[in-house]
Amino acid sequence: MADDIKTEVRLPDPSKLLVSSSPHAHGGDSVRRIMLLVVLALLPSCAMGVYYFGLDALRVLLACVISCVALEWACGRLMGNHDDWKDGSALITGLLLGMCLSSTTPWWVCSIGAVLAIIFAKQLYGGLGYNPFNPALVARIGLMIAFPKLMTTWAPTRTMAAEHSSFIPPESLSTLASHPVTFVHSVVDGVTCATPLTEIRHGGADLLSWPHLWDYAIGNVGGCIGETSAVALALGGLFLICIKVIKWQTPAAYIGTVAVISAIAQLCTGKPVLSGTLFQILTGGLVLGAFFMATDYVTSPISKMGKIVSGIGCGVITCVIRNWGSYPEGVMFSIVLMNSLAPLIDRFTARLPFGHQKPVKEATAK
Amino acid sequence: MALEHEHFFFRGGIHPHGHKELTSSSPIQTAPLLDKYYVILQQHIGAPPNLVVKDKDLVKKGQMLAEPGGFVSAPVHAPTSGEVKLLDWHSSSGVKLPAVQIDADGADEWAPDIHPCPDWENREPAKLREKIARAGVVGMGGAAFPTAVKLSPPPNKKIDVLILNGAECEPYLTADHRLMLESPEKILQGAAILAKVLGVKTVLLGIEQNKPDAIAKLSGLAKSGGVTVVPLRVMYPQGAEKQLIFALTGRKVPAGGLPMDVGCVVQNVGTAAAVADAVVEGKPLIERVTTITGSPVVRPGNWRLRIGTTLAEALTLVGGIKSQPAKLLLGGPMMGHAQTSLDTPVAKNSSGILLLSHDEVAQYGSQACIRCGRCVDVCPMSLMPGPLSVMIESERFELADYAHATDCVECGCCAYVCPSLRPLVQHLRRGKAEIIAKRKKGK
Amino acid sequence: MLNLMLLSVGVIALMAALLGLVIGFAARAFAVEQDPRVEEVAENLPGANCGGCGFAGCADLAKALVGGMASPAACPVCSAIARGKISEILGLAANAVVKQVALVRCGGGSGKAAFKTGYNGVSDCKSATLVASGAKGCNYGCLGLGTCARACPFGAIEISDGLAIVHPRLCVGCGKCVEACPKKLIKLVPESAEVHVLCNSPEKGPAKKKVCEVACIGCRKCAKAAEEGQIHINGFLAEVNYGNPPLAGLVGAAGCPTGCLARAKQREETA
Repeated sequence: MADDIKTEVRLPDPSKLLVSSSPHAHGGDSVRRIMLLVVLALLPSCAMGVYYFGLDALRVLLACVISCVALEWACGRLMGNHDDWKDGSALITGLLLGMCLSSTTPWWVCSIGAVLAIIFAKQLYGGLGYNPFNPALVARIGLMIAFPKLMTTWAPTRTMAAEHSSFIPPESLSTLASHPVTFVHSVVDGVTCATPLTEIRHGGADLLSWPHLWDYAIGNVGGCIGETSAVALALGGLFLICIKVIKWQTPAAYIGTVAVISAIAQLCTGKPVLSGTLFQILTGGLVLGAFFMATDYVTSPISKMGKIVSGIGCGVITCVIRNWGSYPEGVMFSIVLMNSLAPLIDRFTARLPFGHQKPVKEATAK
Repeated sequence: MALEHEHFFFRGGIHPHGHKELTSSSPIQTAPLLDKYYVILQQHIGAPPNLVVKDKDLVKKGQMLAEPGGFVSAPVHAPTSGEVKLLDWHSSSGVKLPAVQIDADGADEWAPDIHPCPDWENREPAKLREKIARAGVVGMGGAAFPTAVKLSPPPNKKIDVLILNGAECEPYLTADHRLMLESPEKILQGAAILAKVLGVKTVLLGIEQNKPDAIAKLSGLAKSGGVTVVPLRVMYPQGAEKQLIFALTGRKVPAGGLPMDVGCVVQNVGTAAAVADAVVEGKPLIERVTTITGSPVVRPGNWRLRIGTTLAEALTLVGGIKSQPAKLLLGGPMMGHAQTSLDTPVAKNSSGILLLSHDEVAQYGSQACIRCGRCVDVCPMSLMPGPLSVMIESERFELADYAHATDCVECGCCAYVCPSLRPLVQHLRRGKAEIIAKRKKGK
Repeated sequence: MLNLMLLSVGVIALMAALLGLVIGFAARAFAVEQDPRVEEVAENLPGANCGGCGFAGCADLAKALVGGMASPAACPVCSAIARGKISEILGLAANAVVKQVALVRCGGGSGKAAFKTGYNGVSDCKSATLVASGAKGCNYGCLGLGTCARACPFGAIEISDGLAIVHPRLCVGCGKCVEACPKKLIKLVPESAEVHVLCNSPEKGPAKKKVCEVACIGCRKCAKAAEEGQIHINGFLAEVNYGNPPLAGLVGAAGCPTGCLARAKQREETA
């Protein structure tokens, strides 16, 4: 010990040292890890979508994902960020976009959707972190406006034609042979069908029966590829909540608000409360929107109270659109509308920092 | 009661990997006398001290080298006897600091004006405070605030609680832990002196629960001393002043305020031990316990080092380094300062010398904030570090001020959890500096 | 029909009159007190609001001029006569109208002045200065992270090889870069000056040489070769006296050993 005290310690290469601001350690979390976990959570519902709608669904999903990732890579090169496309956010946007489309969507419509999502709704604002609106939803809204007929043409599931013909309007059975609709290519058996929410507007109280409700839950219903299986979506969403990737406040507030408003509406109109409420929750893109879209980090409020407010707002707007609007489905609009309010909500629901007191407005009680 | 339970839990905080097992069972070893010591004159927050020695003077151990330069200031003393050489030290931050090089004469003789005071209990508080001031005692937890000044609150601030900080929440550091195990009487004696100077009856000693041996030892000894030991939840930054006060008393230091605004004074356990040395033995602060650790270090351990020991000498004591470190830190990994050279000397507040390898350091990037909210969850001051960093990056400093950027204590919890690897603390430091400069200009 | 027309005209005219009164009242009641010189100065400015001065339009520049935050040379569009009038109003001396450009007083880019260690953090000089002063070997040197370049509203600053360089032809002398540089390296100098010393470090010569190949080591060769009073030597740093600047020929005549004495035009040629 006395000997080695004499030798002076020297660094092999002082210039290889690093300086940075504190802290010098990191917990190891990364954007890519989070994105990949979300993709994992989305896979069950994608799988259900492919099961029920066939390989067409897979085609649509792949078309969306590949277009989104390719566009993100191209934008990155133009803007000088050569590695940002690897962070997985374009992958999720592509998957969510695909899940919002019908399996009858042609690949070039998917690409247009990708352009809307990646370029117009994201990169033009500065890329990840700067977009005010959920890119997948902006794309969906854009496609809905540009191709209204296409975007409301749904294919039936593999088991539907045999079991539940109430969704298939008689006219479409003889449809495409005599009136070829140029947009629609590979529709299964040339048959189209309606979604439950569309049908309920035309009456159809038997749509609230329990066998139907199970169909809505599991995904055996016409609609978008990834929106239909509420069970698979909820499983994925709960998984994300358990591993703390998303917080429970927004989905709970959103679904809870829709449930409460639906229950009240059902009560007021004398319709069955439980099945009516469940119908509202399980159909449309509510479960997908509540767990995966309204909880998008960039476009939703950061504070916990803000997340609850956002969830309630989405729920109210969804119910308003569903019941009184001309669209049967209101989830995408409600989320985009609440996105626009997110900074304001954050401003008013931010927690008071440690050591601050709420300003006393009224005179203190005597 | 000597042992009490923690009642209040602050929001936020993180659980970084502790790595304390590298040195928590290593007893404190005392470094042998070296040939040279480089004493930077300013080792405290406040006014720079004024030199009282000249080039080529011969000084004794503990002799004052520089006297306080103002009210908020502290003197600095020679770590050993020898010859003085005045020089300008180029610190790691590039700033030139006046310093004194002591070429040791080997005798290590104490100065004649060392006056022990074993019957301090009969002295006036003012006299005790003066002794502490003359000994150059400063906050040894890292802040280096002159202790005597902390013990002189303005008359309108009534102090009723003395808090001793034994939390040591930073990963890797175990100096305070070992000090509590090996010199518990000294710490308690220092606490009693501090309590007498402040005139308080309530003394609370907070220790994190990952140090059960220290909790047991101190609560056993404290039965008679009037000190209450409170085991604290293991959570970084439990040892941060405001969080510690809240955890122990439930009081929240107001924004922009100081602990004395809520009737508290906080002192590190190392400072308490230094106070005991200063008063009872009359010794000025010239050495401290430092944890020298990290995976590139051959034999991590806890060492009693004299101020002015260079990092190169300190690392020689632990057997040298076995691989090129990526970072050389003074302090812990969360709030320590990165150094650029092994020639940097240890100061009064150097609680740790930490070397980190390339795989262990944070590699910050320049990605955008994705508003995931992890930083908001962990900020102990309930701020929103991510949005704040975006405001500061786009130079909207008034907005950052409105969003309370100046409340940030730079603990590093936010950057630790950020998945975008944003250098949040650096952004916040820049923002705070700009806001304070603007406020000064505004005046 | 006529009644309807008359009624419409009358109503609109009445509304116009009422609103005019309201605006007039507001202009008086909410008028902002300002130095009368501001309006006088603004009258002499071109009124194009081109932003060439770096301020938000002519009115903003007028306020800044009266407040002493800008010099009349800031407006690149002004005629010499107008500048003269403005100087008169402000009570400034005639040489205030000399066109100034920014100069980065450092030549230590990568390859010439090394960094002590690697730096990991925000790519901004002001933020980097908070971390080990930017970790450059020379504490006073240019960090090359571009804070000045981003602050320049005219894109006149380029970061090349880790060094900020001002292109004099693009620079209007607004001074934003001077504020932006945390090392206080940038100075506004007369556009006509032909020779500059590209070093800003007050350290001792040998210490400077260790960390930078092109530092000024204070050898005084330039001061000796120049005329009296053209170059000041401040410790170990030579400084050009821009009140009596030396001519371009000095660079060749002096034989500066490190190359920190540079011709102004040299900068433009390498640009």
